[in-house]
Amino acid sequence: MILRYRIIRSKSKNDLHQNKANRVRLDFVRYFQYVKECIFPLSANLAASETDSLAAENQPALLSATNLTCIREERLLFDQLTLEINAGDIVQIEGPNGSGKTSLLRILAGLSQPYNGDVFYKNQLITQSREEFHQNLLYLGHLAGVKDEMTAQENLNFNLTLHGLSIHSSELEETLTLANLTGFEDSLASHLSAGQHRRIALARLYKSTADIWILDEPFTAIDKQGVNSLEQLFKAHIKQGGCVILTTHQDLLTFSPSQVKKITLDYIGE
Amino acid sequence: MSVANLSYRAVFALVLKRDLTIAMRHKDDIINPLLFFVIVVTLFPLGIGPEAQTLSRIAPGIIWVAALLSTLLSLDRLFKSDHVDGSLEQMLLSPQPVFILVLAKIVAHWLITGLPLILIAPLLAVLLHLNEQSYGALILTLLLGTPVLSLLGAIGVALTVGIKKGGVLLSLLVLPLYIPVLIFATSAIDTAALGLPYSGQLAIIAALFFGSLTLAPFAVGAALKVSTN
Repeated sequence: MILRYRIIRSKSKNDLHQNKANRVRLDFVRYFQYVKECIFPLSANLAASETDSLAAENQPALLSATNLTCIREERLLFDQLTLEINAGDIVQIEGPNGSGKTSLLRILAGLSQPYNGDVFYKNQLITQSREEFHQNLLYLGHLAGVKDEMTAQENLNFNLTLHGLSIHSSELEETLTLANLTGFEDSLASHLSAGQHRRIALARLYKSTADIWILDEPFTAIDKQGVNSLEQLFKAHIKQGGCVILTTHQDLLTFSPSQVKKITLDYIGE
Repeated sequence: MSVANLSYRAVFALVLKRDLTIAMRHKDDIINPLLFFVIVVTLFPLGIGPEAQTLSRIAPGIIWVAALLSTLLSLDRLFKSDHVDGSLEQMLLSPQPVFILVLAKIVAHWLITGLPLILIAPLLAVLLHLNEQSYGALILTLLLGTPVLSLLGAIGVALTVGIKKGGVLLSLLVLPLYIPVLIFATSAIDTAALGLPYSGQLAIIAALFFGSLTLAPFAVGAALKVSTN
């Protein structure tokens, strides 16, 4: 994995404002692109499949990013971050609170727009191959995305079906058993504990066909045994040619240190 | 288990069913706007006096203003709870077109808040001595008009969903967009009371409906992307 990044200590305010003006212009361009994609989804797909056949020859990185810059509240979180994540990588993003770990994950997932820089999925801009990228992406953020008013089983079923996986109810139960939620299938999520909430969201991992897993603090509120079985799951996933990108403050115990690639974000504000 | 490309109809049905299930288990969402509507309309005769002529004169305005405000009251739920628990992010990250997801959510919102209003409106119209000839116009304008309120309101909610206290901003954004609906709807009902054809006003509301039905989901999708940024 190639990993380079550098943080520029200070940028003059003028520079920032200049960039902001560019950014606004860029937003307009993106909006029109978005509208165009909505109206002509076919042409976008065609262009994507052409570049795909070209890129397939030299095994492109699953996920790569160039020159990412992220600014939050007038504070520079990271600058000129370039990274490349290949099949079989497990990447742990480290850094103190507020150093931009979540921001980086959201940018990689395409939820946030970086201030500057691009993210590529198999050498295609993720904004251009949205559908294909999202088909192969599993992102779990701070918020579990579990509805309180639905049961564990309904939540899992909705999440899987929405992401294009059709599944039988017997398999749903099986999956919930794997996630250690036996006996809670028909309980409303609002009646479950924080850890069980998290487990409902994580249960998706057992059935996921996505290559890229982006997990923001997946171990929060999960017990030791659960962490262990999640790590086994990560191992199986990277063996199958996927990759895992996660933030966590604890070490991955069952992985040898050389297996885990680390990106450390150091907070250097203005 | 298999990876299947869901048809748009299946995605639509999936999200619609989910939102309706949630609403049925969280009945406040249905009852609150409806109760507000009933309370506002029943308070007017008490405040103004039971004189039939005055009431039947202002009945269209009262019913429509109450419907408009009760929709505004319920708009917040459209995306707020999904935003708070992270399921909105998950929807935006799904490989399904945002247009369909958003449209399903708006349709669910209308079924939960708009449809009950239409069902109860004739009853309230009796309380206000609405002219007998106006009932058809009342139902038709509500049928065409309340979806417009949900569709246009969704744009406002999508823009303000990321803001902690966006309630005031939402009203400011959305109310001006509601005014054309209000004007043409009440005018249609008034015209019907005089026994004149009101198809002109109805056609304009229908145009607003189809315009917002086709365009609003795009705007909502784009606004949600900005809000979750």
